[in-house]
Amino acid sequence: MLDIGKIRKQFPILSRKVNGQDLVYFDNGATTQKPQAVIDSESNYYQNENSNVHRGVHFLSGLATDKFEETRNTIQAFIGAKHSHEIIFTKGTTDSINLVANGFRTLFKKGDEIIITELEHHSNIVPWQMCCEQSEATLKVIPLLDNGELDMNEFNNLLSESTKLVAVSHISNALGTINDIEEIIEKSHKIGAKVLIDGAQAASHVSINMQELNADFYCFSSHKMFGPTGVGVLYGKEEILNELSPYQGGGEMIKEVSFSGTTYAELPHKFEAGTPNIAGVIAFKSAIDFITNLGVETIAKYEDELLQYVTSEILKIEGVKIYGTAKNKSAILSFNIEGLHPYDIGMIVDKMGIAIRTGHHCAQPIMEKFNIPGTARISLAIYNTKEEIDLCINAIKKAKLMLS
Amino acid sequence: MSTIQEIQKEIIEDFAMFDDWIQKYEYLIDLGKELSPIDEKYKTEDNLIRGCQSRVWLHAEHTDGKIIYTADSDAIMSKGIVSILINVLSGQAPSEIATAKLDFINKIRLKEQLSPTRANGLVSMIKQMKLYALAFNN
Repeated sequence: MLDIGKIRKQFPILSRKVNGQDLVYFDNGATTQKPQAVIDSESNYYQNENSNVHRGVHFLSGLATDKFEETRNTIQAFIGAKHSHEIIFTKGTTDSINLVANGFRTLFKKGDEIIITELEHHSNIVPWQMCCEQSEATLKVIPLLDNGELDMNEFNNLLSESTKLVAVSHISNALGTINDIEEIIEKSHKIGAKVLIDGAQAASHVSINMQELNADFYCFSSHKMFGPTGVGVLYGKEEILNELSPYQGGGEMIKEVSFSGTTYAELPHKFEAGTPNIAGVIAFKSAIDFITNLGVETIAKYEDELLQYVTSEILKIEGVKIYGTAKNKSAILSFNIEGLHPYDIGMIVDKMGIAIRTGHHCAQPIMEKFNIPGTARISLAIYNTKEEIDLCINAIKKAKLMLS
Repeated sequence: MSTIQEIQKEIIEDFAMFDDWIQKYEYLIDLGKELSPIDEKYKTEDNLIRGCQSRVWLHAEHTDGKIIYTADSDAIMSKGIVSILINVLSGQAPSEIATAKLDFINKIRLKEQLSPTRANGLVSMIKQMKLYALAFNN
């Protein structure tokens, strides 16, 4: 039996007050809160283990390196990757996508096509626009259906021999749609295109296995899965990562440096120039352990229960319109209330201690499609409760009353 | 016509009567609803104030040595905030506006009451109004 009270106790921030009220944190799509184990792990590193990794011969450097690499192995197991050197540490999902897009700049040429979708976060749009600018490849976009699902017929039409890469999010941050990435990967591979999955919203909410999924790249961020900020992962298949040029030059990523030429280190170090966020990476392991101990399936099931509840409760408010009603949805609820601006709603519920996101959620093309300035977004996590949803719904009703 | 200082004093007195944030917000919402509409032709991209999370349009006209501001926003709270600024600054001389010290914002704790993005929006609104004043002053 899942004891949410016990889980909540592990998150110190959840017991603080905001504007004199108990905090209700419903902005988990932006970043999740951190359990004590993650906070302790980060703090312990600086108190007892601080040293640079992969460099020194001394005790502490060895210790830090071991713990750093332990996280890599933990992630390998967590996502079912074939090799641990297929796990590259980055600053976050955005950094991971940029690394890949940068690597393909010199491999793509005029006439090649990259396919993305209308529901992408800006970080899975702009790097590809930059890649196209420099490689002269063309960007194609899979449109959205009105319910927030991808138009898969149009995807089939867009796929051609010119398609070199398909970049798509696993779960939409603005609409919650869980995309059928299995089908996208299978069809893309049939015509020889590579696939990058932006898994920022997925990694702690649905179970993922790289060898079953067969994606060429999968990107996610530690801070959206109870870990520290400033740490991300790029998973890439060994053979493809070997083909890509390094993203940044510097220490750690080299084999030999001389002025007549430099040779690069093996994976994963080739893509990890400079001193990484060692404390963050080490603490990230505690976050993965937290997820693994609960079980991703258990988390997904509970979050789905919350999503069903909040959806049915919010629809009882007159004038509510939900954006994103896909059959397969993660615990993200985007909505507007007729005649009201999402910012006004967000500001008022904030005064009642409730943190929701308002705006375009870095996905302006979606807002353009629905012809709205933005939405209010509730995004849930394992530590949220139905009681919190009731508080939030009441706050929204109060906001509506004040604003009407 | 009252001076900028006199109007600020009145606003501070108004806000002193409010006990909690709800009353302040309700007041801002009312101000937003009462804001005189802007001429639709001025709701252009050029008149959008940068730095606001909602869309806020500001137009300024210089007549008889005074600046008349009109504004609109798609969010009612932003309209309320810009409405207060218009109450304080509209109808004053460019030189007065350009050098005005807007103490009332701190005194009514407006910035603290706003989310950080709104507070940035408030700063952007003031900056834009003062830029007009500087331009008309030359």
